[in-house]
Amino acid sequence: MAASIFAAVPHSPPVAVFKLTADFREDSDSRKVNLGVGAYRTDEGQPWVLPVVKKVEQIIANDNSLNHEYLPILGLPEFRANASRIALGDDSPAIKEKRVGSVQCLGGTGALRIGADFLRRWYNGNNNTATPVYVSTPTWENHNSVFMEAGFKDIRTYHYWDAAKRGLDLQGLLNDMEQAPEFSIFILHACAHNPTGTDPTPEQWKQIAAVMKRRSLFPFFDSAYQGFASGSLDKDAWAVRYFVSEGFELFCAQSFSKNFGLYNERVGNLTVVGKDADNVQRVLSQMEKIVRTTWSNPPSQGARIVATTLASPQLFDEWKGNVKTMADRVLLMRSELRSRLEALGTPGTWNHITEQIGMFSFTGLNPKQVEYMVKEKHIYLMASGRINMCGLTTKNLDYVAKSIHEAVTKIQ
Amino acid sequence: MCARSAETSRVLGCITGSAGISSWWSHVEMGPPDPILGVTEAYKRDTNSKKMNLGVGAYRDDNGKPYVLNCVRKAEAMIASKKMDKEYLPIGGLADFTRASAELALGENSEAFKSGRYVTVQGISGTGSLRIGANFLQRFFKASRDVYLPKPSWGNHTPIFRDAGMQLQAYRYYDPKTCSLDFSGAMDDISKIPEKSIILLHACAHNPTGVDPRQEQWKELAATVKKRNLLVYFDMAYQGFASGDINRDAWAVRYFIEQGINIVLSQSFAKNMGLYGERAGAFTVICSDPDEAKRVESQLKILIRPMYSNPPVNGARIASMILNTPDLRKEWLTEVKGMADRIISMRTQLVSNLKKEGSSHNWQHITDQIGMFCFTGLKPEQVERLIKEFSVYMTKDGRISVAGVTSGNVGYLAHAIHQVTK
Repeated sequence: MAASIFAAVPHSPPVAVFKLTADFREDSDSRKVNLGVGAYRTDEGQPWVLPVVKKVEQIIANDNSLNHEYLPILGLPEFRANASRIALGDDSPAIKEKRVGSVQCLGGTGALRIGADFLRRWYNGNNNTATPVYVSTPTWENHNSVFMEAGFKDIRTYHYWDAAKRGLDLQGLLNDMEQAPEFSIFILHACAHNPTGTDPTPEQWKQIAAVMKRRSLFPFFDSAYQGFASGSLDKDAWAVRYFVSEGFELFCAQSFSKNFGLYNERVGNLTVVGKDADNVQRVLSQMEKIVRTTWSNPPSQGARIVATTLASPQLFDEWKGNVKTMADRVLLMRSELRSRLEALGTPGTWNHITEQIGMFSFTGLNPKQVEYMVKEKHIYLMASGRINMCGLTTKNLDYVAKSIHEAVTKIQ
Repeated sequence: MCARSAETSRVLGCITGSAGISSWWSHVEMGPPDPILGVTEAYKRDTNSKKMNLGVGAYRDDNGKPYVLNCVRKAEAMIASKKMDKEYLPIGGLADFTRASAELALGENSEAFKSGRYVTVQGISGTGSLRIGANFLQRFFKASRDVYLPKPSWGNHTPIFRDAGMQLQAYRYYDPKTCSLDFSGAMDDISKIPEKSIILLHACAHNPTGVDPRQEQWKELAATVKKRNLLVYFDMAYQGFASGDINRDAWAVRYFIEQGINIVLSQSFAKNMGLYGERAGAFTVICSDPDEAKRVESQLKILIRPMYSNPPVNGARIASMILNTPDLRKEWLTEVKGMADRIISMRTQLVSNLKKEGSSHNWQHITDQIGMFCFTGLKPEQVERLIKEFSVYMTKDGRISVAGVTSGNVGYLAHAIHQVTK
């Protein structure tokens, strides 16, 4: 038999964050803690299906008028409208002026991809693979892959995390925007920056917006944690809404994986804000073509859950309560971890633990210290020093704090 | 990097924050309307009580209603009672689902299946599975960029492969004179396809024509394809739905593999399990050995991650529950046969009603063809009359979705067709 055509296919290394979880699973040490993958956990260290989700799933199951027919290519209409409304606000002028479009996508990733595919075809000329795309340093590692796969050839970084002061490098960021070629695309984290947990303040966002406007840079927001970051939907959407009020045309990739706990249902929405209805309509018609060759039409279950919840005032309130429950637990773990480290007298400053926001924290641990944590203490975190606060529980806080203390004092 | 002058930027659109300035999207053209969707839109607007929608390819029961399979309802109830979490699936999907999908396609006695020299990843129904495969071939099949499709093929095949970076070619397939397979034309074209090109074959229930090769013809196709050293890409969207027998419908796929042809395969559970909107599908690569399968799997994951990270669970869980629970699987096989039988019965009734109407044409192709679709042989002018005068909606190529025919409207349909063809 002839040699296989795939004989030369090399083994590709696994995605780091999933390898971490795989290693964690295989670890038999009873003290093990998983601070890797970004999914919410209860104080018992368990996944949490939101009570409102359970309720709505019952409603859906009991509704005999529902079936499994295809959704429209752009998705469930009630989902799309409600999802964009959540991002932009009930009183959004853009919605009132009918210049908002929505595409239901498979998670935040899917929304980013459809947006990226569209931009490569239609932004800044046709089929423009040369427009620079800027991602923060650091950023969610999949941002690079999404835009590369969409065909963009020039993916650059912008300054973001200042390791020395453990905060936002605003000046570096603004300088990069000043230097960026006009019309460059900038991926902005709407809130709860992944992986650093460090967000610009409203004043800083205003400065960012001013530069972007002056230099005609395109804002592509990644909003994966609305509600989850501060506990308030409106507060977490402030930056996106500010940009809209400043007259920007923009994209916002929304994920409902974390704030609805619907990770595996793949619920996402690409919100498109344009100058007017006509432009938005044409944009959506072209996005429809892109969707058709990617997944044809999106999965219905998750979108139905979200749509049903957002459309009912009572269920909506219940959902907000569930979201606040998650956000509050994270905030509690942050303050508990910080206070323990300070009590232990762990070298360095630890206020960044409570100043950072969202699911993740950039601890500042270096790769050697991380290796110590993983190998010696069976505490799994990313090589970047990123920890998922949701992996902390009242039971493991002491152990994690002590281990961080050891790592910092023993390993340089 | 961006060599745009101020002048050009004004033309292209540039935001300055004040109203009246042109948009980034001023030059974006309106996308052409989807032809099949257009049929449904027009149907919806029609007020004729006798109207029929023979456009969209989704199964309908004899009352013209969508049909949720009983085994699906049972599977959903079982899943709900297990109170499972909603954690991310692995990138490659639900393992119980992918394994069961592979076994369904290849057969439990398949050497390729038993030896583990295959990889199956969960895909977003048929489209998503085709797309992952197309992207995989674009990246790793260096021998050729050419994908050969039958003439005609499902309309979405071309843009899927094109967007994945491949080029499209065609081989003769449908003979409009006989409304059946142009076998000699197909064999002639396929025997001339440059070696190491990619050929796409519909495993059963060819879409849009309903014309499938007979087994002896499949054997000849396999021999030719092997001789030309072509990479075979099977699209199987109707296993069980075509003849009513899942093994019979997978015969060609299994035969090719037995002949030593390491195929790639895309499967959909949209039709045969009625899981349309749940997007349950799978992409399979038959490999030389399990090690190669592992390497291929790792690369498929690298393609999936920047597309949508990991697949949706609901449809896969339902399909997996059905395939892996003996009672449910048995019930499913009965229900899928029921759907196939109703389609076959509608074909028979349509032909007999046409005879009753007094039509002198040969309508045998309607019962010779198989699956959801039927290429009636009607010309565009005749289709237009059917739409305008009788409110019978179909695509301009004369394709009808037999699933839209019921015992209640088959007489009317026959009458209408006879009127425009006599």
